[in-house]
Amino acid sequence: MSEAAARPKPRPPAELLESYRALDGVFDEVLDAEGQPRAHYAAVLGELETLGVAELKRRWETAGRYVHEQGITYNIYGDTRAMERPWQLDPLPFVISAADWRTLETALIQRATLIDQILADCYGPQELLRTGRLPPALVFAQADFLRPCHGVKVAHDRHLHLYAADLARSPDGRWWVTSDRTQIPTGSGYALANRLVTSRILPEPFRDCHVHRLAGFFREMQASLAQLAARRTDNPRVVLLTPGPFNETYFEQAYLARYLGYTLVEGQDLTVRDDRVFLKTLSGLEPVDVILRRVDDEFCDPLELRNDSMLGVPGLVEALRAGNVAVANPPGSALLQSPAFMAFLPGLCRHLLGEELKLPSVATWWCGQKSAASYVREHLEKLFVKPAFRPRLGGMKAGETMTPEQLAALRRRLAFQPHLFVGQERVKLATAPVWDGTAGLVARPVGLRVYLVATADGYRVMPGGLTRVAPDETGRFLSMQKGGGSKDTWVLSEGPVPDETLLQTPEHRIQLHRVGNNLPSRLADNFFWLGRYAERADASARLLRSALLRFNPERTGSAYPVLEPILRTLELQGLITVDSRRLELRGNPEALEAELLAAIFDPARATSLHRDAEQLLRLAMLVRDRTSNDLWRVLGRLHDLLGRPTTSLVVLAGDAAALLNQVLLDLAAFRGLAMENMTRAQGWRFLDMGCRLERAIYLCSFLDCALRSAEADNPSLLEAVLEVADSTLTYRSRYSLLPHIAAVYDLVMLDETNPRSLLFQLQQLARHFDELPLERQRALPSPGQRILLECVTRLRLMDPLGLAGLQRNWHLGEVARVLQHLGRELPKLSDAIAVSYFAHSAISRTGTAAQP
Amino acid sequence: MNYRITHRTVYTYAQPVTVSHHAARVKPRSTPTQERKDFELRIEPEPGVRKMRTDYFGNRVCFFSIQGLHTRLEIIATSHVVVNELTPVTPGLSMPWEAAAELFRDPVAVELIEPYQFVADSPMVRALPDLADYARESFPAETPLLAGVLALNRRIHQDFRFDPVATTVATPLEEVLQKRRGVCQDFAHLGAAMLRSLGLPARYVSGYLRTRPPEGKPRLVGADASHAWFAVYCPNHGWVDFDPTNDVLVGPEHITVAYGRDFSDVSPVSGIITGGGRHTVKVGVDVEPL
Repeated sequence: MSEAAARPKPRPPAELLESYRALDGVFDEVLDAEGQPRAHYAAVLGELETLGVAELKRRWETAGRYVHEQGITYNIYGDTRAMERPWQLDPLPFVISAADWRTLETALIQRATLIDQILADCYGPQELLRTGRLPPALVFAQADFLRPCHGVKVAHDRHLHLYAADLARSPDGRWWVTSDRTQIPTGSGYALANRLVTSRILPEPFRDCHVHRLAGFFREMQASLAQLAARRTDNPRVVLLTPGPFNETYFEQAYLARYLGYTLVEGQDLTVRDDRVFLKTLSGLEPVDVILRRVDDEFCDPLELRNDSMLGVPGLVEALRAGNVAVANPPGSALLQSPAFMAFLPGLCRHLLGEELKLPSVATWWCGQKSAASYVREHLEKLFVKPAFRPRLGGMKAGETMTPEQLAALRRRLAFQPHLFVGQERVKLATAPVWDGTAGLVARPVGLRVYLVATADGYRVMPGGLTRVAPDETGRFLSMQKGGGSKDTWVLSEGPVPDETLLQTPEHRIQLHRVGNNLPSRLADNFFWLGRYAERADASARLLRSALLRFNPERTGSAYPVLEPILRTLELQGLITVDSRRLELRGNPEALEAELLAAIFDPARATSLHRDAEQLLRLAMLVRDRTSNDLWRVLGRLHDLLGRPTTSLVVLAGDAAALLNQVLLDLAAFRGLAMENMTRAQGWRFLDMGCRLERAIYLCSFLDCALRSAEADNPSLLEAVLEVADSTLTYRSRYSLLPHIAAVYDLVMLDETNPRSLLFQLQQLARHFDELPLERQRALPSPGQRILLECVTRLRLMDPLGLAGLQRNWHLGEVARVLQHLGRELPKLSDAIAVSYFAHSAISRTGTAAQP
Repeated sequence: MNYRITHRTVYTYAQPVTVSHHAARVKPRSTPTQERKDFELRIEPEPGVRKMRTDYFGNRVCFFSIQGLHTRLEIIATSHVVVNELTPVTPGLSMPWEAAAELFRDPVAVELIEPYQFVADSPMVRALPDLADYARESFPAETPLLAGVLALNRRIHQDFRFDPVATTVATPLEEVLQKRRGVCQDFAHLGAAMLRSLGLPARYVSGYLRTRPPEGKPRLVGADASHAWFAVYCPNHGWVDFDPTNDVLVGPEHITVAYGRDFSDVSPVSGIITGGGRHTVKVGVDVEPL
């Protein structure tokens, strides 16, 4: 019996589509004019029907969980508190038939080829302008025409390596281009993420419906970008240049960088020397061959383009001119994003390619032409009038939604500088079913963004795309910024589809790499602080837990001697302020309790655990492309745990202690993941150094405070010391007595086998130091090594038994002196590391005097 | 007229600069009325990378990069230039300004594409209705273009006060228009922006001006400064330069270095440094008639 026969036959989607209604006057992707399911959707819907609505609901929920766990997010500008929004993914895929796709594919390749040739002309001979085929305003009046890039010979003479088009389907079922993305085609990474989630929750339909895979497209992209390298090398270095984690699509940038195996860099990670681009790494400068950029055109080089840009690389354009680096897309390509070009594409296509434009653009009138301007003026109410240049910097409303005053103002602007505007017909977007939690499937306007990459044999189209869903029925916006959603896009194949993944490259002999010394210094810095903050949170949580456990409103008096060193340490670390109110706190347990809870939850307090969790998440974001998703998830959970709104802060001390247990577990999970999952490369090394250093500093501070207490040998206080130093169990396994001061301090300071002891931290640090790239080249110990050597020696020479004879003057003894020495020197060690490895000074422009 | 011009720029940095990239537009152009005899550019410390090329507008630009630690940068440009006496234009004989402006409305004749790029907005010079309103007083109907520009040039000189502290390199034109104060850069931008607001091509010119010492006083070496003015494109004449700061048509005492859409295209020295902390810049120009 064949496999196909074994499966239940797909059923007609009766239950699924029972309440689904197409909207009037628009094309519906699923239902034809008679209300019958279209053929290419039948198989997919049938499979879903077989699964049943209850099962689908369960899977939709799983999809939401995947999105959250994978950390798929989208940043909303101007919303810093809740800046990161979870990605909105509707689990029902958008399906395109094989025949439909073939037509689209040919047309898109033609359009990309055409745009590439227009760009080449504008940045080269400008024949189109000189023969009057293109009005000069379209080039010269555009801020996106970057004059310094004119005449720059780009790699393979290709101006458009990556291209995306936004497509919409009109009521008659035809596809139209609503905008061309020629600069930075965003969203292919989100398309990939959507595919990952959707194919996981719908494995049966995905397998059975012959859906084209996306991996092949990305492999061609890798190959194509690698070929742009000017250097003859088997292993060209490609970097993805990001504007940074606050950019709206940062998630996607980190995701793509990791998927494609590129280093994710910011402008400050790169430097130009001798007209070549280099990456600043821990072990020096490493050549960069190709830059896949996500930084806008004019921000790429503050020397020659926008001089107030802090995102770019000074000297990049000169390096491009010298042919030493390739940038995809080359700066200047935003020129063709102007909707004004749409009015000229049919003519230019006939002229340049000798054929008719296969895919129409949405009807566009560029007001720089007299006849078009008068048409727009006469139809202002019906059209969508928007800036002809830089449409990405904010569109305008449709005429019909404007007030009379707004219309009058628009008419004045049109009269003064008509060439700055286009009028466009409004496209009635087609609809597709979207899962609505309560109403089942509802019709929502959708648009499709498709992606192309240039290869040696012309353009290739990604067989899929990013389907964007309007947030409401009107479909006025298809914008993630405005709360829209997305769908995976299934392009159907006529036959079975081979499984592909980016991980297999059988035809390519891979060069094996073991140790990477090429970590960008900025990332090393971030890893170091990730380690420090994780350990800081851990130590704070331990101290706070110890304080809360010993805190008893009924008998504060008796607990105070034990509580005091803990509170004092918390105070020294800036977590609580009790100094001025200390006496008051003694008799005012409510105030103390409130203070301790604030140290955990208060988002306004810079040192609270809540803020530590925020810092951790921020730092983890900065090293996102170098760490595992699990690591990210753990920190996300930690943040959720502590990120409760302050209004619900009626937590009892007991609840808070339980929550701190959870916090400590998450932090242990973080450390465990870092230990088990990260390769012992530089990133891990700096993370661990940060942890060790912070742990040593914190422990010194606490032990010093404990020794200043007159009751330092009180078993209750010694128990607290063991608890904070997480050494209770070790102590019990060695001594079956009540804690003794000399034994306790020996265990937490000197015991090399105790991974929580001071000496253990310092020895680990010394081991790491020996492996750092710059230290290994030195004949004499570096300043950092000197500090460590001295601290270790003093520790080793210390005799903890001396404590026993001190009789309450503990803080005058040798142990306390060593602790104080370490307390002074260890922060200097942090500075020494920063000076040697994290020195990445900012760029600035030198002032030029005005011409008097 | 024969001139030797020395243009010295010195940067001093509070902290060492690790790497710096600079672009200098200090080499005078050769023009129909001006001949560059000699040019020398000295840069201290010696740049690791240094090259001269021509920018989009035909100006000579020197790119250089200093790749060793430094706390001081000195750039000295020495030029020997001969400026010839111009045949004076007769403003009254130029074409009516409306006809000239019409030539730069779509469709633009292919011969006028080069000047056309100076009609459009540029980073520091944008057309504004307020600027058009101000300019229109000098352009009654059928006014010959150059006569109108000459009148406008005079009005800018009369209505605006030279004030070296009122504005900075980045002061927007709206503010200059409102304050009625500024320096030559502001007045050149203002003139160009007003003409563009009427739909006429106007460009920004960077250069030097011979200064004459007061009667009986010796000429002070290094007391001069770089200068700037604007030029308008007049069909049948070509580009005609006006100096609103001094209320004159540009003549043999003006030396052209570079031109572009506005200051940002022709800034004499611009640079991006890594490190350096706070810095100071000193500029000295000496225009010596030979």
